[in-house]
Amino acid sequence: MASITREEVEHLARLARLQLSDAEIDHYAGQLDVILQSVARVSEVAEADIPPTSHPIPMVNVFRDDVVRPGLDREAVAAGAPAWEDDRFRVPRILDEE
Amino acid sequence: MTTTHDTIPFHEAIAAFDPVLGLETHVELGTASKMFCSCPTAFGADANTQVCPVCLGLPGSMPVVNRTAVESTIRMGLALNCQTAEWCRFARKNYFYPDMPKDYQVSQYDEPLCFNGWLDVTVETEDGPRDFRVEIERVHMEEDTGKLTHAGGATGRIHGADYSLVDYNRAGIPLIEIVTKPIAGAGALAPLVARAYVTQLRDLMRALGVSDVRMEEGSLRCDVNVSLARPGEPWGTRSETKNVNSLRSVERAVHSEIERQAAVLLSGGRVIQETRHFHEDTGRSTSGRSKEQAEDYRYFPEPDLVPVAPSREWVEELRGTLPEPPSVKRARLRAEWGISDHDFQTIVNAGALALVEDTVAAGVDQASARKWWTGELTRIANDRGVELESLGVTPAQILRVEELVATGALNDKLARQVFDGIIAGEGGVDEVVAARGLAVVSDDSALLAAIDAALEEQPDVAEKIRGGKVQAAGAIVGSVMKATRGQADAAKVRALLLERLGVQE
Repeated sequence: MASITREEVEHLARLARLQLSDAEIDHYAGQLDVILQSVARVSEVAEADIPPTSHPIPMVNVFRDDVVRPGLDREAVAAGAPAWEDDRFRVPRILDEE
Repeated sequence: MTTTHDTIPFHEAIAAFDPVLGLETHVELGTASKMFCSCPTAFGADANTQVCPVCLGLPGSMPVVNRTAVESTIRMGLALNCQTAEWCRFARKNYFYPDMPKDYQVSQYDEPLCFNGWLDVTVETEDGPRDFRVEIERVHMEEDTGKLTHAGGATGRIHGADYSLVDYNRAGIPLIEIVTKPIAGAGALAPLVARAYVTQLRDLMRALGVSDVRMEEGSLRCDVNVSLARPGEPWGTRSETKNVNSLRSVERAVHSEIERQAAVLLSGGRVIQETRHFHEDTGRSTSGRSKEQAEDYRYFPEPDLVPVAPSREWVEELRGTLPEPPSVKRARLRAEWGISDHDFQTIVNAGALALVEDTVAAGVDQASARKWWTGELTRIANDRGVELESLGVTPAQILRVEELVATGALNDKLARQVFDGIIAGEGGVDEVVAARGLAVVSDDSALLAAIDAALEEQPDVAEKIRGGKVQAAGAIVGSVMKATRGQADAAKVRALLLERLGVQE
């Protein structure tokens, strides 16, 4: 059955920008294991003739016409921003990506 | 990681290694609304005025796919001879960067809408035109990201800034990404093949009407992958150069990266798998992020969107809307204009085919249309390091200039000044002519006065001409042209001069 390693938890934490202590890594590894095992139980009932699905309702091709509708007023946009400057969202500088 | 290596001359690099290219081209589609919401896509709007809960990733908002964007992607795929998926999904590409407010970009992962195609391109070589088939791996749909500003002031950076500003107007604009299979075997022609491919992609998208591809606005962006191999050996480590946003830069980026990698390898070093950033001003790239540690985007199927399953009837209907294939069109235009392979390829290499075609359609004869676009205007564009179409010269303006030349109101030299004025933003043809006072001096008495003055200044030349040395007339004609600041018809000056001196041609 599923068994998640400490290394995998560390990797996930890095991807999620979380800093975990050694104790927390063990703690979450145990919890994530339970989640994975629960999900894995689905595989026990899914036979080879049951295709995997990513959507609960069998439905395809839901489209909208290419028609413009106005969006939000900028005041409303600004109101939802944690920080705002010069009509733009102000965010922490992320180095080494641009 | 930031070590810069010297480069070696291109021909030495090519003598030792075979380049292998891979091109990933992103193009913004020309839809009126965004990919998953109804926000407008107009360029240049005030920051954060074209956003809504969907493209801001606000909780509870749900995306719905723009049908026109799907159609445009399928049509582009068909024009690139691709197969169209019978069923495919969108996927979330997860990453932490504030250019997307959702912390993911909706893209397609292992189920692209179109795949396995090709595009034939032609490059001019010393031995005449040569065709290359560029194989297409996939064409998929995704959404563009927002625009970050770390910049301000003349240095391009806010001094000491520890934050960035984000405008999400661009976030969610439909993009298609076109990915080639590895392009090998082009050798020294690799930079030209890369440029010809992107040029043809651009022309194809315009012909399809799926995007107007305004490169100066960043609506076409190219990532250039380059690796080198010694002949007969496996391909080496590749680098990926980003920020390549013009046709000319595609060629330069491939060229400089081949030189750089060859220098690294020949000095016994190894090429690092990394992202590099191309700089338009220097034509070189600098090292960016190392990709030694593989990206982990944790793609998974987008749960908020249902699969796209284009029926075969729909695909065939879209196939019926395709314009004439590029190769057929080229053959037709070449025949219509009655010009040589070489002359035709000159137009293509200048990236001017659509412009010449439009100019001929506007009523200018093909020779004049070619003369302006591949001559003076290409020279100006190259000097300024911009694309031809960003000069702002229109086919209608060329028609007007040609009309004025035909009536004798302008000569070629003055016409060039008219284009200088148009490019400098001084207005249209007639405005520039009026504002700069450009007009051929056709008044005989003014010309005769200038001729007399020139003869007086150069009596020895005058004597030679009188003595029958007609070729000496050039010196006097030159003086008159100078005196009239080029605003005279040289042939007319010559005729008047000879008449004045009573000499027969």
